[in-house]
Amino acid sequence: MTTSTSANTLRAKRRSSALRTVAFMSPWLVGFGVFFAYPLVSTVYFSLMKYDGFGVPEFRGLENWAYVLQDYPLFWPALRNTLWLVLVMVTCRVAFGLGVGLLITRIRTGAGVFRTLFYLPYLAPPVAATLAFVFLLNPGTGPVNSVLEGLGVPAPGWFTDAAWSKPALTALAVWGVGDLMVIFMAALLDVPREQYEAAELDGASAWQRFRFVTLPNISPIVLFAVVTGVIQTMQYYTQPLVAGKVASGIIGGSGQSFEPGYPDKSTLTLPQLVYNLGFQRFDYGSACVVALVLFALAMAFTALLMRRRGGLIQAGDR
Amino acid sequence: MPGISRKAALAVAASASLALLATACTGQSGSGPSDDPNAETTLTFWHGWSAPAEVKAVQANVDRFEKAHPNIKVKVVGNINDDKLNQALRAGGSSGPDVVSSFTTSNIGKFCSSGAFLDLKPFVEKSKLDLDALIPKPMLEYTQFEGTRCALPLLGDAYGLYYNKDAFEAAGIKAPPKTWSEFARVAKKLTKTRGDGYEQLGFMPNYHGYETVVDHYMSQWDHAYFGEDGKSSVAEDPAFAEMFTYQKKLVDDLGGFEKLEKYRNTFGDEWGAKHPFQTGQVAMQLDGEWRLGMAKDAGVGFEIGTAPMPVADDEADEYGKGFLSGTVMGIAPQSKKQNAAWELVKYMTTDTEAVVAFANAIRNVPSTFPALKSPDLKTDPAFKTFLDIAQHPESNSPPASVNGATYQLTLQDFGYQYESGKVKDLKAGLEKTAAQIDRDIEQAK
Repeated sequence: MTTSTSANTLRAKRRSSALRTVAFMSPWLVGFGVFFAYPLVSTVYFSLMKYDGFGVPEFRGLENWAYVLQDYPLFWPALRNTLWLVLVMVTCRVAFGLGVGLLITRIRTGAGVFRTLFYLPYLAPPVAATLAFVFLLNPGTGPVNSVLEGLGVPAPGWFTDAAWSKPALTALAVWGVGDLMVIFMAALLDVPREQYEAAELDGASAWQRFRFVTLPNISPIVLFAVVTGVIQTMQYYTQPLVAGKVASGIIGGSGQSFEPGYPDKSTLTLPQLVYNLGFQRFDYGSACVVALVLFALAMAFTALLMRRRGGLIQAGDR
Repeated sequence: MPGISRKAALAVAASASLALLATACTGQSGSGPSDDPNAETTLTFWHGWSAPAEVKAVQANVDRFEKAHPNIKVKVVGNINDDKLNQALRAGGSSGPDVVSSFTTSNIGKFCSSGAFLDLKPFVEKSKLDLDALIPKPMLEYTQFEGTRCALPLLGDAYGLYYNKDAFEAAGIKAPPKTWSEFARVAKKLTKTRGDGYEQLGFMPNYHGYETVVDHYMSQWDHAYFGEDGKSSVAEDPAFAEMFTYQKKLVDDLGGFEKLEKYRNTFGDEWGAKHPFQTGQVAMQLDGEWRLGMAKDAGVGFEIGTAPMPVADDEADEYGKGFLSGTVMGIAPQSKKQNAAWELVKYMTTDTEAVVAFANAIRNVPSTFPALKSPDLKTDPAFKTFLDIAQHPESNSPPASVNGATYQLTLQDFGYQYESGKVKDLKAGLEKTAAQIDRDIEQAK
């Protein structure tokens, strides 16, 4: 009897404790449910439906998946572009952000001025920055090509040439690297000085000090920069759309329709397809398919990076 | 809950919640209009015009309507594009529009088939409007889809040829070209090269040359985008192959794709004062009637000539026709004031005084026969060209499709590939394009 009573009391305490835990977690649970679980479930649901925003969704099975993966001519170019940007743009941004951070932490005079100069582009609104880049890199009238031609260097077509449009977008992203520079500067200033001094006493070269002292110390920050960079690039929308539109000359007029990706689908990214299919064609089912592919890719990249973090994060930080 | 396990109850509740959440996003079909058009009410009218002079003209038109209908006030919201419009119509809600308009004529198939715009047939019948006697046929066509009339035209745009009369005179050209072969000769004669660029280009033929898009070119050939079975006929109708071949030859003859693209990149904005026709960079331009006013406002230093675009050599009897499009106006299905909304739509689209005043104010083509013939319509020889194009029996617009302009964009994309030389086999390319068009339409149905 006594054993039974104490077992009941224990159960009641556990239940009460569990309820308290749930109560404390409830704001997160509500947020998770409303902003993640429900949208995800409904995205899967609508990917199997024909739905244009009116009427009742009709079940289509895997037809939307077949359309997007087999017959929609913009899907594979957009996927290739997105992967290209993830690999090249993220790498360039991280490398450049780290490089600038290293440079500025070593400057003895005028560091504040350089810090400001490198950070300012990050504050430029994406549309304005893209417009400025398209103007600067205009192959006919832009100052960059005028200088290149003056120097006798072959001038690329930049945003009007399918081979150069993604490198031009990468240049734009690298120009606005101020956010990463600040993060890397904070991490670099946090590396213990005595480790550098010990390495110097051991005769380590500058590269060896970077490789065996700096990099292991800042590796969690590098991982953070890469993971957030991959996720941001997966959502890359505004800059390629604006660049493509402005460079194509079709900026919207009396009844003009514009399909993104100019030139030759080279600036097309998956988020543009989600918008194009979902909010211009009103084929919500196909838009949901692209959104799910994007979600799966982001998850796969993140999981891969987290699994490989051993190469980036030193043992003590794992 | 005897007989039902907790897990089963949970599953049922979860399924019900999911179903509720899913259906909560779907639209509701409304019953017929029951509002009293004579009652005091306020309508919300969304339109796409944004230039100050245009916005002023819309307001003036609305003011005239309010004067004629003292019980109805209109709240006007401008600068609405199709993306915003479509999303608002799907979202519904009390702050949404009652009356809507769109510049994108090619979206009428989507508007009508999806129910985004209300079917106007009951209103037209109730008002005893004889639309065939009132509105030019092409404009009637581009405001309905498969028998559903969900819009009426609110002024129109007619496309023709603008030419620099001074440049013509300097080159010894007496009259604008009437056939495509004449046009090619004139374009070459007007072209003056300078280094690896141009001092003056006769005509920018590339599909990105603002209005020189595939469907605008195609309007000058006798053609049909779809067969009677509803399938794309771009691979079967020889007019398409003729047009693509002609355009590609013109591109090559005027300097080649790369050289023309480089020159195109020196052009100013289509809607600004530095438009290449206005700056003299090109001597001929395919454009809508609005260019006349814009060019005059930009203070061009030469005399402007206007004419219909040329036609195929073996279709010379159809000279005078052109591409037509325009603004479409309809009623939001969620509106609770549909009868009052119809009064505004009817007034703005069919009242001769209103149509003429609005056309005069924004220099568009009137969309009714009485307005086109009205003595109050301000016109001059250059503008009359576009009035004539609008009334030409062979003038045309691409047919409406259930997926809007998607088929035109697919064809346009093929055009980019062909003009740049990336695709060389025209026949195979058109067949592939036709298959893609059919597949996209099948997906949208």
